[in-house]
Amino acid sequence: MTYVSDVTALARKDLLLELRAKETLPSMLLFVIAALTIFHFALPHGTSHQAALGLLWAALIFTALLGLTRAFVAEREQGMFDALVLAPCDRSAIWLGKTLAVLAFLVAAEVVALPAFAAFFSGVDGRTVAAVALADVGIATVGTLFGAMAVAGRARELLLPLLFLPMAIPIVIGGVGGYLWFLVLYDAIFAVLSWAAFEYVIAEV
Amino acid sequence: MISARGLAKRYGDRRVFTGLDLDLAPGGFLLVTGPNGSGKTTLLRVLAGLAAPSAGELRLPERHTVGYLGHEPLVYRELTPLENLTLFGRLYRLPERAERIGMLLERFGLWEVRHERVSTFSRGMQQRLGLCRVLLHEPSLLLLDEPYNALDQQGAELLDSIFDERDLDKPRTWVVATHEPQRVERRATERLAFA
Repeated sequence: MTYVSDVTALARKDLLLELRAKETLPSMLLFVIAALTIFHFALPHGTSHQAALGLLWAALIFTALLGLTRAFVAEREQGMFDALVLAPCDRSAIWLGKTLAVLAFLVAAEVVALPAFAAFFSGVDGRTVAAVALADVGIATVGTLFGAMAVAGRARELLLPLLFLPMAIPIVIGGVGGYLWFLVLYDAIFAVLSWAAFEYVIAEV
Repeated sequence: MISARGLAKRYGDRRVFTGLDLDLAPGGFLLVTGPNGSGKTTLLRVLAGLAAPSAGELRLPERHTVGYLGHEPLVYRELTPLENLTLFGRLYRLPERAERIGMLLERFGLWEVRHERVSTFSRGMQQRLGLCRVLLHEPSLLLLDEPYNALDQQGAELLDSIFDERDLDKPRTWVVATHEPQRVERRATERLAFA
């Protein structure tokens, strides 16, 4: 129960920080709508649904990347990793709390992005919505881990895309193809790996 | 409380300190002095368990018994003092959290501004809140890096009074790095001067 309580307290803190600062979510919303608008005008008429779907996934991945670059800003700028690491909670709780907050931002961005995509292109089916929901879990788990790694590095703005984008390729393949089982497998494997690895990532941030 | 033998810390080719032996008994007070960049902060981070030593043996108490104040007050600026301390009170599983938080905020003169965002505070008020966070879980080992930073006269005197508190059941052990050694000199049981 204490683990759940720690995770809840940490996730609540991140949501509260965003509620106050209003930096991450508005940027993500603006970006994804702008990207879909550009794609709408860039694609020729009569483009296949599959091509449009590919662009939706590209927009979602880069929107997620935008959110992930902001995920650890408070911890980095205010040295909060030191205070969190000294607390007696399990260090993986820090990762899980942050992952849940990132997940919430992704879902909020997609609540706007998917209807916008449906309006601009050829609609969204249930399979795509399910694939996006599953992809969010993978993006949040892997992205949060890499976000923490990037915080420790010097070229952090470069490091996160370099780490995250290759790992997002399977998500795009699974998403565009609608391979839900593949996304479930990806989520399960990388959630466990990220959960276990986080302690070592922040060992000396 | 703390025991170190041949402690060393390097960042790449840069040697911060080497061959450091240290013994600090419960209730002891180690005063660390030295110019900027001499290794005071690094030593405190090593003693807090936030940085691994490059060589040597080090025995430290469990991390939840450590209170650490760095150059930053280590509080979330977009949260209020109450929200910051409640978060850390939960993470430290304090049983009577509200009472303890209320007492500390009152003592450090932050009760009236407990619902205001930390980002609106002066640096001195943030430092006071940082001290509240450090003392919140009643740590037995306190590591304070330049604790007088930005504190006004009243705040500095408050900190002095905390140094003077004695609890025979739970003696506090202090490691204080400062550029104002005259303030804590008389309390020091051990001294370490970096060149």
